[in-house]
Amino acid sequence: MSSVDELMTEAALHEIRDRVRAFELDRRDFLRMCAGGLLVCLSGTAPAQESGRSGYARHELPQDVAAWIHIDADGAVTVFTGKVEIGQNIRTSLAQSVAEELRVPLDSITMIMGDTALTPWDMGTFGSRSTPTMGPQLRNMAMAARQMLIEAAAQLWNVDPSALTAEAGRVTNPKTGNSLQYGEITRGEKLTRTVAGDPPLSPATEWKIAGTPVPKVNGRQFVTGTHKYPSDISRPGMLFGKVVRPSGFNATLVSADTSAAEKISGVQVIRDGDFIGVVAPDVWTADQALAKIRAQWNVPQQISNRELFEYLRSHAAAAPAPGKVDDLIGSAEVQLNTEYTVAYIQHAPLEPRAAVAEWSTEGSGPKLTVWTGTQRPFGVRDELMKAFRLSEDQVRVIMPDMGSGYGGKHTGECAIEAARLAKAAGKPVKLIWTREEEFTWAYFRPAGVITIRAGAKRDGTLVGWKHDNFNSGPSGVDTPYAVPEKHVQYHEVQSPPLVQGSYRGLAATANHFARESAMDEMAHQLSMDPLQFRLKNITNDRLRAVFTTAAEKFGWGKTPSTSERGFGIAGGIEKGGHVAACAEVEILSGNHIRIRRIVQAWECGAIVNPDGLRNQNMGAMVMGIGGALFEHIQFANGKILNPHFADYRVPRFRDTPQIEVFLIDRKDLPSAGAGETPIVAVAPAVANAVFAATGKRLRSMPLTGDGTFST
Amino acid sequence: MAELTFNVNGSEQRARAAEDEPLLWVLRNRLGLTGTKYGCGEGQCGACTVLINGEAARSCLTSASAVAGAKIVTVEGLANGKLSPVQQAFLEEGAYQCGYCTSGMIMAATSLLRQHPHPSDEQILDAMNGNVCRCGTYPRIVAAIRRAAGEPARKESENV
Repeated sequence: MSSVDELMTEAALHEIRDRVRAFELDRRDFLRMCAGGLLVCLSGTAPAQESGRSGYARHELPQDVAAWIHIDADGAVTVFTGKVEIGQNIRTSLAQSVAEELRVPLDSITMIMGDTALTPWDMGTFGSRSTPTMGPQLRNMAMAARQMLIEAAAQLWNVDPSALTAEAGRVTNPKTGNSLQYGEITRGEKLTRTVAGDPPLSPATEWKIAGTPVPKVNGRQFVTGTHKYPSDISRPGMLFGKVVRPSGFNATLVSADTSAAEKISGVQVIRDGDFIGVVAPDVWTADQALAKIRAQWNVPQQISNRELFEYLRSHAAAAPAPGKVDDLIGSAEVQLNTEYTVAYIQHAPLEPRAAVAEWSTEGSGPKLTVWTGTQRPFGVRDELMKAFRLSEDQVRVIMPDMGSGYGGKHTGECAIEAARLAKAAGKPVKLIWTREEEFTWAYFRPAGVITIRAGAKRDGTLVGWKHDNFNSGPSGVDTPYAVPEKHVQYHEVQSPPLVQGSYRGLAATANHFARESAMDEMAHQLSMDPLQFRLKNITNDRLRAVFTTAAEKFGWGKTPSTSERGFGIAGGIEKGGHVAACAEVEILSGNHIRIRRIVQAWECGAIVNPDGLRNQNMGAMVMGIGGALFEHIQFANGKILNPHFADYRVPRFRDTPQIEVFLIDRKDLPSAGAGETPIVAVAPAVANAVFAATGKRLRSMPLTGDGTFST
Repeated sequence: MAELTFNVNGSEQRARAAEDEPLLWVLRNRLGLTGTKYGCGEGQCGACTVLINGEAARSCLTSASAVAGAKIVTVEGLANGKLSPVQQAFLEEGAYQCGYCTSGMIMAATSLLRQHPHPSDEQILDAMNGNVCRCGTYPRIVAAIRRAAGEPARKESENV
């Protein structure tokens, strides 16, 4: 599957079809506020966003890429991007890229991110696309701006531009000693220019700001509690909202008695079809009102997680007829035929969905502004436009850096609800979902069934590989190992039992779990060392490098596994990231799994910020432990049975092993993203380690429900 | 609703609130102190941790009337001209990603270090295990606590 195809599939999984319209920016107000300055425009030859030059779906991007960088008269640099900061550290790393090419100090840059009124359209922050696409995009713009500044200074001094240098926010003539700050060059001027062609970017080997471990640019705001998350936004006269939730999925409202709630002073009840909400001057009163509403719902019979995998098997599109790969596997000296499963899990971002909606009148029509936590501010704008029949310039979505998402905040339900309440109340309304609502009414990482058939020669050479994924998704479905004949396929399941969507790495975690478990099973069948079996079938040097690095740093093969202590290895390639992990597990009494140590090697091209990259790796590995060991959604009859942290176990301090991350910096290669793929190797490495210790092959994620497995 | 007086971050503050309203909502919505976060409302995640008379407490499970008169410290009240040692250590270790858990982590760590200025590994796990960092920055948070306790910084693994 090509990366474009994969992106489209991923986009489709996010349910963003048919949502986007013509692209038009309104930055006039903002630019009016800026003193005279420099506006950089670059024509269509800049690296396209993930949407591509041809546009995404029917969303045609203009050939003129709109302004991305503004330089004030005082030299302050403002950068505009539709990408959003959710903890993955792009507010810092993208600023580093701009500082590098523009030749300005990092602290002169302010990033305006994810504001639909100020930033260029963007499909969303997902798919590990910010570093490989937005990075070069902004670097191109910065490079063009630097050239313009040099040319402007050359004109002032009447010299040839090639005689001048740009460094630390100044253009200098080394011969004369003449020097001007960028702001002094642009003062009083608002320049707009179209630049053709991709300017040559600085090679990573010459980076001075990019490539360095710059700390998070606004770290101080987080340790002092002053950063305003979406749930912290406050507006004058703001009310607090609550929404009545159905007693189950796919429910219809039978009746509702709201009279007791309406009697509470300051409370307004809002009904619109099956939608019932309340607003009150404070969240406490809103909660009291909500509790007094008596609603009857009709909930249809629905399946439970006990029947889940059988349901997925029986509702998938039919597998294709056996072909050549089946013949090869069927006649191979060593054969494997296994099935793996993955449960539904929740993202459970610590900040639940939150939105503040404010209606105003602008000109002749209504104007809606919503502050909300989302990975797709433009997508949420489109949802609001649709929900309230508004045009693009009537809706503004602002995304303050949020309490993360992990792929779980692509949709605008909370924003729509807040806007509905605010519209009826005639005042701004804040709505913060409860933890239970977030666990229940957000969407889930798809569960799945994965079957793998494989064949190898007695010497360990793979001859055939077949990987079928039912429902969980196509990301990472293809094998990175050299195999002469293969068939890999994702099979959609019609009407999956829960609402499912994106998740960090999407199905790559499930597909790597299955494939790397199967590779381990093959190695054991062949009586080969699991690392050696992999290396025998790897032709990709980058994958080989992460495997050998992880193994060397871990001390792979130095100590044999025992019944109490097992070692496992796993790895793969996804979204340009190359990863391998070695895990050490301890089997405590009662088959309790304790992960003692994970060593991970990671390579994604030239490193933009090694500190942030290391943090992403560690965090993804910790998150991966949750899905590997215990995270799973239990459900029955349209209800989530464990919608609380007390019942849905997430990794905590005590679950965290010794983690070592080794980054391979390939300055000769373009930078890929790293927010997702560092999660994929943990589960199979742990499962393989458990097998090495116990001989028990755990083929379901999570490997345990409660930390222990049954024999 | 009653007129209640709170001692927050060293100053007397008055707010109209219901007696059994969680302290979290009073801090966030009535006193404008949004550094303290809502994560679960059930005492399971620690995002709402504040100090009450010097000890870490879950403000989501603490009723407003129960702490009227007590000394409450939120993340906004830690820095006194300069960052507190724990805040400084979190900053230096980069012990966060999205930062949403950071206030609660810092308050829990501050309470821990008041009780145990040089905590053992076990004491750190005991004090901190109730706080969730969904981004998974636990190793750096532990490193920050050790740094705040005056232990030499530990180096994370290097590049290759």
